[in-house]
Amino acid sequence: MNNEHHCVRIFITLIFAMCLRILPLPNTLALFNPDWVLLVLIYWSLAMPERIGIGYAWFFGILTDVLMGRLFGQYALSYSIIIYMVLIWHRQLRQFPLGQQSLFILGCLLFSHTLLFWFENLKNPAQLDGTFWLPVLSGTTSWFIVYHIMRFVRRY
Amino acid sequence: MPVRTVLSIVTDSLKYLVDLPISAFEQLSETFIGYETLKVENDELRQKQLINKTQLLKFDALEKENIRLRALLENSFKLGEQVLIAELLSINLAPYEHIMVVNKGTRFGVHQQQPVLDENGVVGQVFRALPFTSEIMLITDPNHAIPVQVNRNGLLTIAVGSGTANQLNLPYLPNNADIQAGDLLITSGLGGTFPAGYPVAIVDDFPQTSNKSITHITATPKAHLDRNRELLIVWTNNTPIPLTTPTIKTPVPHE
Repeated sequence: MNNEHHCVRIFITLIFAMCLRILPLPNTLALFNPDWVLLVLIYWSLAMPERIGIGYAWFFGILTDVLMGRLFGQYALSYSIIIYMVLIWHRQLRQFPLGQQSLFILGCLLFSHTLLFWFENLKNPAQLDGTFWLPVLSGTTSWFIVYHIMRFVRRY
Repeated sequence: MPVRTVLSIVTDSLKYLVDLPISAFEQLSETFIGYETLKVENDELRQKQLINKTQLLKFDALEKENIRLRALLENSFKLGEQVLIAELLSINLAPYEHIMVVNKGTRFGVHQQQPVLDENGVVGQVFRALPFTSEIMLITDPNHAIPVQVNRNGLLTIAVGSGTANQLNLPYLPNNADIQAGDLLITSGLGGTFPAGYPVAIVDDFPQTSNKSITHITATPKAHLDRNRELLIVWTNNTPIPLTTPTIKTPVPHE
């Protein structure tokens, strides 16, 4: 019963994150729109490593690929690798204060963005400018918000 | 590709979900529009319709004349185009790309590489068609290039997207190219994706130097790329209709 409950919550929050991902924002804000799906996935895999595995990460990565119209498997690969790292280190990460956790998040986001940058550059070289990296910063700062909101959702 | 099609049913419903509040608000504001505004708008539209109709009369005559002239040249004439009105979904995919999502997909027969227009000019082409939505690459996307022609003198060139809103680059022009600020660029029909003769952009002011290949020539798209919600997806009839030319077959006398 409790398990099912959590499953529904995980799905709803991930769907909500995907909606946030494509939200029509004004131009400058759109540059800062972080990778909400990855943040929510990281939270759930930290909070419930026995429930969320690489399979979830891969599946939602594929869905994000289709949603964003990217090369197939681009997000799936980066999400799987990041969630794998989170699952390995989840014991240490849980002990960290939020500030240190967000440093880890910064690393994760940087990694996924580097992969993304690499794929996009393979497709059409030298067209991305510095603004491409802004979501990494905004994602790191929004980890505090995501963490508290998600904890509220989990315990509610 | 079928995997993407199947998964797109989930993601497309998300796209509609995100679009829902905005389109609902627009519909509401349309519902509560006053009688006076409606009347004024209706009158304006009627006048426009009248003007357009009279222009079309002339166009009809011109088209007939064109067909006759082409028949004289023993050329084939391309038949007109069919269009479908698609509405933009207000969602944002990637800020560094100029790709928009519309609410018509393969279920309406939309397919890849179809040209997309609005009432003022060329908007872009269908980049990826999914069952319920399709992604449209604008002509200003840095990956997009469109073969164009200067309307004044028929000079052929290619307009490449600049990556900034409302600007095209014209990088492939020779030094002595006859091009001026204010020139209208129309589709040349080369390449086969875009039908010939649609307005694309107007050439911007550029500094007059003797060497044009060094000057950076840009153009502003005619279509309202950032303001329009309704777009036209075009089907072009690629099979030319052979004309029944009155060629008199004179029998060759054999001795």
